[in-house]
Amino acid sequence: MSEDAPKRTSLYDDHVKLGARMVPFAGYDMPVQYPAGIIAEHNWTRASAGLFDVSHMGQCLVEGASFEAVAKAMEALVPADVLGLKPRQQRYSQFLNAQGGTLDDLMITRHVNDGTLYVVVNAGRKEHDYGWMRQHLAEGVTLTRRDDLSLVALQGPKAEEALARLAPAVKDIPFMHYADVEIGGIKAQVSRSGYTGEDGFEISVANADASKLWNLLLSDPLVKPVGLGARDSLRLEGGLCLYGHELDEAISPVEADLVWSIQKRRRIEGGFIGATRVQKELASGTEKKRVGIRPEGRAPARDGTVITDQSGREIGKITSGGFGPSVNGPIAMGYVETASATPGTKINLVVRGQAMPASIVALPFIPNRFKR
Amino acid sequence: MTAKYSKDHEWVIVENGIATIGITNHAQEQLGDVVFIELPAIGKKVAAHDQAAVVESVKAASEVYVPVSGEVVEVNKDLEGDPALVNREAEGSAWFMKVKLSNPSELDELMDKAAYDKLVNG
Repeated sequence: MSEDAPKRTSLYDDHVKLGARMVPFAGYDMPVQYPAGIIAEHNWTRASAGLFDVSHMGQCLVEGASFEAVAKAMEALVPADVLGLKPRQQRYSQFLNAQGGTLDDLMITRHVNDGTLYVVVNAGRKEHDYGWMRQHLAEGVTLTRRDDLSLVALQGPKAEEALARLAPAVKDIPFMHYADVEIGGIKAQVSRSGYTGEDGFEISVANADASKLWNLLLSDPLVKPVGLGARDSLRLEGGLCLYGHELDEAISPVEADLVWSIQKRRRIEGGFIGATRVQKELASGTEKKRVGIRPEGRAPARDGTVITDQSGREIGKITSGGFGPSVNGPIAMGYVETASATPGTKINLVVRGQAMPASIVALPFIPNRFKR
Repeated sequence: MTAKYSKDHEWVIVENGIATIGITNHAQEQLGDVVFIELPAIGKKVAAHDQAAVVESVKAASEVYVPVSGEVVEVNKDLEGDPALVNREAEGSAWFMKVKLSNPSELDELMDKAAYDKLVNG
């Protein structure tokens, strides 16, 4: 196998056995869909419980002498309040460059072991992120990549019921927290989080246990496998950002409407890479803003589509666009001038040279059903 | 006549100088769930290999090329209300358009079923 050949997760053979269509994604051969198809997989996740292989994502540990030491070191790299995390609690945040643009988005968890943060970054950015962290974390704080771990997500309104049959303790895991549980004898770190807008869990296990866990979960009739295609339509309906689309090195978290992920102390104190721009934008606003878009009619408008006002003047671009199975129509996210970002604003989308009418709408497209 | 196939994954059946054109079952399998189809205007003049329609799946937009030249005389209105018909009956009731042939000799460049199957299955 050449160095450029796509990598495989520990579940590769299971995907092939299930009849998945495998596609290259972020350097991995990943299942884009199973025989049921994207719409059926999407709808199953909204109605029952979908099982996703997300082992391509980058799991790592950031360790220091104490929680305070490691949290302070991490706070230099992200705008989230890390020091305020309770044991087993997790938060969403972003790595920013010095200009306040976004290098990646990530999840930070305060591990129960003192002085340890468990961090999950995007597959396509992990090599960058590991280098960035090693470069910028304070002396005495170490980064350990955990390529020995797999990650699966169980998402949907029946996720708790299905997982609790195997591990009743998961019922008590609050939103954005994790617990160490045994699932059918497999040691797992289970967090109540996900990327679909539904209640659900992300389950980290040793690579050697991944296939056993995957098949154990799939043996429950409430659970079916779901590929990256439906993962994308689910997160788009959920109004969630995808790195490389809604987020990139030019876009700030304020423009991306992620101010909720920057807790009050950090907004005031700053003290993270990129803080100058973030604080300036918090005080005086941004020129553009991430919005939801509903095209009229049935035609989807894709990533890169030009957005104009009703006079035909360009006011922005779509960053993710497609079909929302639960919305039963085309949906999109994109950036427009802030003056045009109010829900209800009428816009046009230039699709194949034609102006297609659309409206700015509030995100998410479907109400999220996180267990708070 | 029996169906002929293009390397761009369209099928053609000609009767009385009118070509009925659709996409192959292989093409719909590759596209996945179809959610929208843009068809050409009636009366549009098309040349072989022109883009004449667009198929949008959940994932992406794909162009549909006409394998023959002529004038579009009819489009399949059923696809507007039920684009997923393509996933169920790509080489039957989910035809896209009918084209009045202006150069029937172009049909000679198309493949028969055995040659097309060999193309897609290797």
